[in-house]
Amino acid sequence: MSGPLAETEGAPPAGGSIDYGRFLDCVHCGLCTAACPTYLETGNENDSPRGRIYLMRGVVDRRVGLTDNVRHHLDLCLDCRSCETACPSGVEYGRLIEPFRIDMKGSRAVGWFERFVLHGLFPYPRRLKWALAPMRWLQLLRVDSVARWLCLDRLLPGTLGRMYRLLPRLKPVAARLPEVLPAVGKRRARVGLFTGCVGDVMFSHTNQATARVLQANGCEVVVPRQQVCCGAIHYHSGAAEPALEMARCNVAAFPEDLDAVILNVAGCGAMLKDYGQMAAEATLKDTAMCESLAGFASRVKDISEFLVELGPRPPLGEVAWRATYHDACHLAHAQGIREAPRKLMEMVPGLELVTLPESDICCGAAGSYNLTEAEMSDRLAKRKVNNILSTGADVVISGNAGCTLQLQAALRQQRRSLQVVHPVDVLDLSYNTSNAAD
Amino acid sequence: MGKSNDTSAGTGGISGELIRRFQAIVGDDAVLSATDELLVYECDGYVVEKKLPDVVLFPGSTDQVVEIVLACNEFDVPFVPRGAGTSLAGGCLPVGGGVMITLTRMKEILEVNLQDRFAVVEPGLVNLHLTQHLAGTGFHYAPDPSSQGACTIGGNVATNSGGPHTLKYGVTVNHVLGLEVVMPDGRLVELGGATEGLAGYDLTGLFVGSEGTFGICTKVMVRLTRDPVAYRTMLGIFETVGDATRAISSIIGEGIIPAALEMMDQGIVEAVEAAYGFGFPLDAAAVLLMEVDGLEVAVDEEARRIVEICDQAGAREVRRAETQEERQLLWKCRKQAFGAIGRLSPSYCTQDGVVPRTKLPEILEFITAAGERHGVRIVNVFHAGDGNIHPILLFDERDKEQIARVFSASDEILGKCIDLGGSVTGEHGIGVEKISFMDRLFSSDDLEVMGRVRAAFNPKGRCSPAKMLPVAGACGMEHIERSHPGKQAAP
Repeated sequence: MSGPLAETEGAPPAGGSIDYGRFLDCVHCGLCTAACPTYLETGNENDSPRGRIYLMRGVVDRRVGLTDNVRHHLDLCLDCRSCETACPSGVEYGRLIEPFRIDMKGSRAVGWFERFVLHGLFPYPRRLKWALAPMRWLQLLRVDSVARWLCLDRLLPGTLGRMYRLLPRLKPVAARLPEVLPAVGKRRARVGLFTGCVGDVMFSHTNQATARVLQANGCEVVVPRQQVCCGAIHYHSGAAEPALEMARCNVAAFPEDLDAVILNVAGCGAMLKDYGQMAAEATLKDTAMCESLAGFASRVKDISEFLVELGPRPPLGEVAWRATYHDACHLAHAQGIREAPRKLMEMVPGLELVTLPESDICCGAAGSYNLTEAEMSDRLAKRKVNNILSTGADVVISGNAGCTLQLQAALRQQRRSLQVVHPVDVLDLSYNTSNAAD
Repeated sequence: MGKSNDTSAGTGGISGELIRRFQAIVGDDAVLSATDELLVYECDGYVVEKKLPDVVLFPGSTDQVVEIVLACNEFDVPFVPRGAGTSLAGGCLPVGGGVMITLTRMKEILEVNLQDRFAVVEPGLVNLHLTQHLAGTGFHYAPDPSSQGACTIGGNVATNSGGPHTLKYGVTVNHVLGLEVVMPDGRLVELGGATEGLAGYDLTGLFVGSEGTFGICTKVMVRLTRDPVAYRTMLGIFETVGDATRAISSIIGEGIIPAALEMMDQGIVEAVEAAYGFGFPLDAAAVLLMEVDGLEVAVDEEARRIVEICDQAGAREVRRAETQEERQLLWKCRKQAFGAIGRLSPSYCTQDGVVPRTKLPEILEFITAAGERHGVRIVNVFHAGDGNIHPILLFDERDKEQIARVFSASDEILGKCIDLGGSVTGEHGIGVEKISFMDRLFSSDDLEVMGRVRAAFNPKGRCSPAKMLPVAGACGMEHIERSHPGKQAAP
């Protein structure tokens, strides 16, 4: 069998540095297949976790070359980690596909999009604000709506056009949060707030809401000025060194005596919680740094997770919505947080929470996947929107900025006026309504 | 997919003309013929034996399946259907190569009729997706194999799948009312139907469990089962395996039919406890997971009787799952038990045997002795209620000598199942894995009758060749040397 398929001997194959035992963890039972969004779409096992592991192992074993077909099936992976939830054998799929893809990219030239936009613009909120300023003006003057109506946006080439279509109606940038916000009432905890990069520019109102909700729950909120991007954009595209540098900056930025570091973006949360592992992978010699990275990671909490553990102040204001909750992959699969946001939403008076079919199947956003794998991303977005529409909900609740952008764009495209909001936006609204009534 | 077929062709036995015919039938994006894309289809959940198909097709409709089968006949090439590929017996192995007809794109729920309690689905539908679709209607699809989150209804039909709840609710054949089948010669037939008591032969019953050797089903009409109103889930803890198996026999002997009756021995409890921390006592020799369901008024009485019987059998303790969360955790421990074994051993092999319930103590003693004799650690988790055992043999696949001992122990255990009046498969099927046991299970006359039935459906033998029935005089698989036992990582 090995003969006709083998690649030429010589240079080590892609994935050769991956601990081979990780491949052996997979017993090939196939229980992961139906959890995989791309397999659900294509029905092709090459697009399933079991198939991809088989392909990667085939390359390492030199049973198959790193052909265009193989690359295509591996590129199509969303890295949503849904398969890890489904796997009974505890295969750490992310730790196979991520290093393999980094290897696979190898010497291939880094494109303009990755260099200037992904790495040069997105991680820097200030640059991004400036870059988006013209868009803000166009939106303010309604030029964009006219352009969209005339289908002029279709003239934008490839990735640029997709970025344009993903862009939400930008809200005015909220005033910068002060460095310290006091607790309302008796202080129950002192927490740091991680404001993020893309999220902070597009959804600064959600950061404001998070701070208010934390304050209302008796938390003193610290918003360090020196914090930077979580590093996920770099890390997932194989640039481990800059990611590690960002991790160091964040560890230094947040005081050590905080009870928790709070986020409202699932993707960043998963990255921050992974800092310890990242240090271990980088085999840092600086053991003190390793320990502080791991220590920092252990204090990171998603806002829903934190509030449920703390015991939230009951929201009393009525929010009379029919809503449905979408599980962000990096919340449900990467962090195992499913119940906490639902519990919070169930506490809100008047809010009717309808079950979303396939709630934990990826919406196709997957970091920058919606910019790099357009066709599959669109198919998954459409699948998600159809599921959302089947619930009859007026509002979609999602705990991740990337999903929110994707869902808003997909709903806009189908000319649906559903709102997409963060759980903390709902809580904030409920608290405000009840305060106003007081 | 299918965009680049430039790699060394895997289409050894198939002409370019036939490939083009297939492309015309199903479209370019539904044909895989490059070797690098065929690789993952060389095996299913059973990785001991491997064979690349020459081409993989993803039909989207019954008409396309008919066209494909007609073309295979015209060009005289073998074909084999495949669903999710979770078979543990090599049911999807394309013995001799040929065309693999993958039904994963035919997964629609075509009709749900709650009044008449049936649904019509396509074969590629994932088992659990049907029950999820029915959520809130008060009905569900009863057969629930442990792989239900991935396996397809078509695959369940092929292997007559079971599951923990089949003790009370029956296996797949009890839940299939009718089928649409593309016969191996390309004719389309309808078997059975929604009405009870149809005239003629019960060909639906014959087709279910035929492991793809009678044709390819393209529509399945399944029975829908009412959700039970109430459950009581209990955990019995026993000092000896003998006490636990006596309790099982007494419960069934009393006329109580629990919804599920599952046993886990000390070894598996250790692994499950490490994985999920339910609070199982690590020093108990066996635990029984018992569930009764039905009307609220009836379940308490049945649960009380079960507790009494367990006490009489010498149970140390019987606990009740008091909340829905506790019940779900308990079931998770059972259903995910196989996965937890990774904590005990790098590789494992799950056997699937059946014995009459009253012989459970005897077979369990035999398993322990066989393990000691061959120096193989064996743990047990199984559907105790219907005598379907799943001894799990632990080994390290890098040690060839250990592997040989696992083979010997497995063969002895399955042989003993036959001697005790049982069978070598409860639910995984024969596939290619157990084909060599067929002549021990059946007389030559039995096999000949079965062969004639197959010939009536599949006279040329092009559909799923070398599956289930040994070929006259030989099982057809002797040329493949067994290198690895059962379910474990691909070698």
